[in-house]
Amino acid sequence: MSPDTGNRLSGPLPDPSQEAGYPPEHPQRSGFFTDTSVCIGCKACEVACKEWNLLPEDGLNLTGMSYDNTGDLGADTWRHVAFVEQRIDPSTRSRVDIGMPGMGAPEPAPQQEAGDATEVRWLMSSDVCKHCTHAACLDVCPTGALFRSEHGTVVVQDDVCNGCGYCVPACPYGVIDMRPDTGGASKCTLCQDRLGEGMTPACAKACPTESIQYGPLDELRERAEQRVEQLHEQGVTEARLYGHDPRDGVGGDGAFFLLLDDPEVYGLPPDPVVTTRDLPAMAKYAAAAAGAVAATIAGCFLGGGR
Amino acid sequence: MSADGNRAESANTGRRDEPSGNDSGREPFRSYYGNPVIKEPTWKVPDVPAYLYLGGMSGASAIMGVLADASGNGKLRRVGRLCAAVGSTASVAALIHDLGRPARFLNMLRVFKPTSPLSVGSWILAPFSGLTGAVAVAEIGGIAQLPARLAAGGSAVLAPGMTTYTAVLLADTAVPGWHEVYRELPFVFASSAMLGAGALGTALVPRSQAAPARRMAVIGAAGELVLGRLMERRAGRIAEAYRTGRPGKVLRAARALSAVCPGAALFAGRSRVAAWMAGLSGTAASVATRYGVFEAGRETARDPYYTVVPQREREPVRQ
Repeated sequence: MSPDTGNRLSGPLPDPSQEAGYPPEHPQRSGFFTDTSVCIGCKACEVACKEWNLLPEDGLNLTGMSYDNTGDLGADTWRHVAFVEQRIDPSTRSRVDIGMPGMGAPEPAPQQEAGDATEVRWLMSSDVCKHCTHAACLDVCPTGALFRSEHGTVVVQDDVCNGCGYCVPACPYGVIDMRPDTGGASKCTLCQDRLGEGMTPACAKACPTESIQYGPLDELRERAEQRVEQLHEQGVTEARLYGHDPRDGVGGDGAFFLLLDDPEVYGLPPDPVVTTRDLPAMAKYAAAAAGAVAATIAGCFLGGGR
Repeated sequence: MSADGNRAESANTGRRDEPSGNDSGREPFRSYYGNPVIKEPTWKVPDVPAYLYLGGMSGASAIMGVLADASGNGKLRRVGRLCAAVGSTASVAALIHDLGRPARFLNMLRVFKPTSPLSVGSWILAPFSGLTGAVAVAEIGGIAQLPARLAAGGSAVLAPGMTTYTAVLLADTAVPGWHEVYRELPFVFASSAMLGAGALGTALVPRSQAAPARRMAVIGAAGELVLGRLMERRAGRIAEAYRTGRPGKVLRAARALSAVCPGAALFAGRSRVAAWMAGLSGTAASVATRYGVFEAGRETARDPYYTVVPQREREPVRQ
């Protein structure tokens, strides 16, 4: 997008709150840096979030796939701890098929296939709404129920939402969803009510390992860069940041991550793009098609005959 | 089920609900236990496919009614006006019924938001349904002909938008099956709208006065066939969702019906049976196309393949 449009639909945008109309003296943009390299999968964040935000229980099922029995983010789950189990070679840190037991006859000697992959590693990551710089859910909301807060976050006003559901397929991360009990859309608010009091969001407060770090986004980005460098020096070459870059498809995330594998392994899209980036083009194609249909119908009446 | 993101590759190269053999042509990819990356739209069937069809059909009908009026074709004017009113009113009803909180439907008009196709669409649909409803009342009552003509003219200004805004509504999402075809989808929907209105006109208007409607049905059907094909060809990997499974079946049926309709329309000038055949097949084709596109999008949301692989293949977005 060219700079003369002010990057209102996509591209780097230093201050989304100001773009949304807040005066320049609004609070700093706040966010999360989730460092998955120190996550222990305790799920204290999930529990703290549910308790503080009074979210109902949404199923006590066993997924049978891992220690993750939450499944995914949703209307009643605003923090979700993903849990991935991998077998790796400790010297090269390369992944090898883990060959977990399944149904039927046992598979032949997984040890030999695995070679030097003698170590199992667990990847755990506490996922959350990304509070995008360019939030598709907010862009497409027809009622104005979704809004940009003074902290640069994206929040649903439950008393305005009419449950149209447009935000649900608009989100490139699959975060926001409809609450069955209320019929309205619901997602992480970054604990809007706590931020106003100068408090830390419940999940970050509860995190025992500081895997979830809350603070001004600029500070978090600096801290994250340092952490990646540190990990690379320690030989954890697969450490990478996700969602930190203001030049990415959503203009950078307000909640970003340090990951130890490809994003899709954690259930995250590898290269998300805010759908409204293409809205001006879509409008042009739709206008052209609308003009074409009007002209064609007019043509149908020119032929005479009744 | 394996407990490794790595192993999910093998689980994901094929569709879980179909036997293997469909696996060919799909490269392995990684995912979180095969779970979807994006959320499946919560929009309900038949509400939303009906909303898509009815809105488009009523838009094209309104234009048909105004042009019939201008050319002194009273029977076609009447059918165009009534189809526009019934279609747009039913479209509004379907939209409201789909809401999670139907009592708050008026919040749709709380703001005007150009970044939301549903907001823009609501601001098209609300005055359009109001105007066409008033025109229909005048038409049935045989009253207030001049105001009715003015109101019909006003609705005709909004009508072209009615035929295409729903395409932007679907395309402006993260659903790969809808977003990746945003260039072609408005043209497919516009053709489908013209086919829908033309089919109803062909069936409901006396044969001697239905020639323009028959032409609309023929051109609309041809447009659906050709542009639908073009859309699939340009869809890349996403095309698989349009060709396989339930959406594939529905869209093949839509194409068959789109092929039947113009054939019947050619004889509809001479035969009442042919006129009704053209009307029914054209309407069914238009409905099936909307439903097929809707289902194809839902399939691409359910299956992480359509999200992960195309995003992996393209260059990372950098401004």
